[in-house]
Amino acid sequence: MNSTITCGILAILTLPFPLSASLGRDATSVQEDVAQMQGTLRTSSGNSYTLHEIQTPAGVAVKEYASPVGKVFAVTWKGPYHPDLRQLLGPYYDEYVQAVRTQRTQRSGRGPILIQHAGLVVEVSGHLRSFVGRAYVPQQLPAGMHVEDIR
Amino acid sequence: MKPARLHEFFSLLLAGILAATVGCGSSGRSSTSNSSGGSTTPVNNVQTITVNTGPTAGPPINSPAINEPFTSVTVCAPGSTSNCQTVSGILVDTGSPGLRILSSALTISLPQQTGAGGNAVVECLPFVHGFTWGPVQTADLTIAGEQAKNLPIQVIGSTTFPTIPTSCSSKGVEEDDLKSLGANGILGIGIFAQDCGDACTLTGSSNPGLYYTCSSSGCQVTTESLANQVANPVRFFATDNNGVIIDLPAVTGAEASITGSLIFGIGTQSNNALGNATVYTINPSTGDITTRFNNTNHTSFLDTGSNAIYFLDAATTGFPTCTILTFWYCPTSTQTPSATNQGANGASGTFTFTVANADTLTGSGTIGVANGLAGPNAGTFDWGLPFFFGRKVYTAIENQNTPGGLGPYWAY
Repeated sequence: MNSTITCGILAILTLPFPLSASLGRDATSVQEDVAQMQGTLRTSSGNSYTLHEIQTPAGVAVKEYASPVGKVFAVTWKGPYHPDLRQLLGPYYDEYVQAVRTQRTQRSGRGPILIQHAGLVVEVSGHLRSFVGRAYVPQQLPAGMHVEDIR
Repeated sequence: MKPARLHEFFSLLLAGILAATVGCGSSGRSSTSNSSGGSTTPVNNVQTITVNTGPTAGPPINSPAINEPFTSVTVCAPGSTSNCQTVSGILVDTGSPGLRILSSALTISLPQQTGAGGNAVVECLPFVHGFTWGPVQTADLTIAGEQAKNLPIQVIGSTTFPTIPTSCSSKGVEEDDLKSLGANGILGIGIFAQDCGDACTLTGSSNPGLYYTCSSSGCQVTTESLANQVANPVRFFATDNNGVIIDLPAVTGAEASITGSLIFGIGTQSNNALGNATVYTINPSTGDITTRFNNTNHTSFLDTGSNAIYFLDAATTGFPTCTILTFWYCPTSTQTPSATNQGANGASGTFTFTVANADTLTGSGTIGVANGLAGPNAGTFDWGLPFFFGRKVYTAIENQNTPGGLGPYWAY
């Protein structure tokens, strides 16, 4: 109980540049994401990664994939709303927002998002009450892990 | 004691409703809803929609829209016939519920909805790209001959509430001006009756945090009753309030513009009968159906607010993406793949659709319509506007009765 409260306070205190940002950060930040999202955590291990699954009370399922060296290299989300993307994409959030703005001016309309930068891939689609998203850092995928495994 | 008092309350309520209903009947005003042979003149339920380069085509934005259906709406201060404004360049969106208008496009002032402590209610509505932020205000909407009185709408980007809470601004791109929204507003006439639904009536961490109350000391997430939420305007109509039809002509290749109809009601007048359209019922919580493509099932939805058919990726489809416009496909020759849509009711229908070279289709900035526009989409099958070309597509609202059964469903 106490530790949860401490984590929550830590997350609030560090805004708007949260230490708890996830993609590209240490897997230890997962606990801070859980606190920030007020979610429940389930952790399991694959062949080349550790999967942290966070379920938020508002019905959003977040997955964070961490490499054997403990770095989060991919995140996904699925649910009626977006999770806190600044929190989840961490140091990549500003790059993401800028890329969406650029795509918007190229007549892409209001359709799904597909950002394919050398160092960042983000895909978002769906509609109100049913969103899905996936973001990963291609260079940080562990050996033997395929992009299709991130879902 | 309590149940008994409740029972008494509901009995009184029921009696009141009955009395009111009888009162309506005896006033000499015959109901126009659901009547096929009534003597009253039916309400004009047909609104013209235009697919063209839209309000962002010219300076200063110079970003012409493609495959986006626009229309005009008239909003008045509630009860007023003079404090009114007709706003054009409103995107017709079957993928969201509720009317939203840019504050920069609105010249009249509307009454502000207030919540706890008398503070203003302000909404953060999530879209795929990000969010719209702005106050909930009340308007009388007129569209074709239909009226939605005292309709809660979102006024996007109001200067009265310039400070966006971090919990809202962390959802992606702010779409609060003409350039980022791509329209002067959005007419959301999808399957849901309200934009948030039951979730926003909950307290605590189960509340998704779409509605806020704002005062001079900041904004806080609030609960919002279904009655106060930004609502699908069709549900506020006196008649023709169970759904809509999008009726667009067939399109071959690219054109500057086309016009079609947004018809209100399903089976309520002679011009909106369901006919032999197939009903595909929709998952009522997600708003999705299933598309089967190459023997694999995918989550899918129909959406006039998406400007192309967005599905799978280059590796799976074999269609290369365009070099610069990487969000569209650029096959060397026009392709006609087939897909099968499946409703939750087991209804199923196979059809072909067109995937053409997007560079060729959209080469000119004067083109506002293009059949064959398609692109990759990692998560879902998004049947955007080209799916609607040459089809009459029925969208039935959740929990509403229609000759095709209870909504939500799509039929075509």
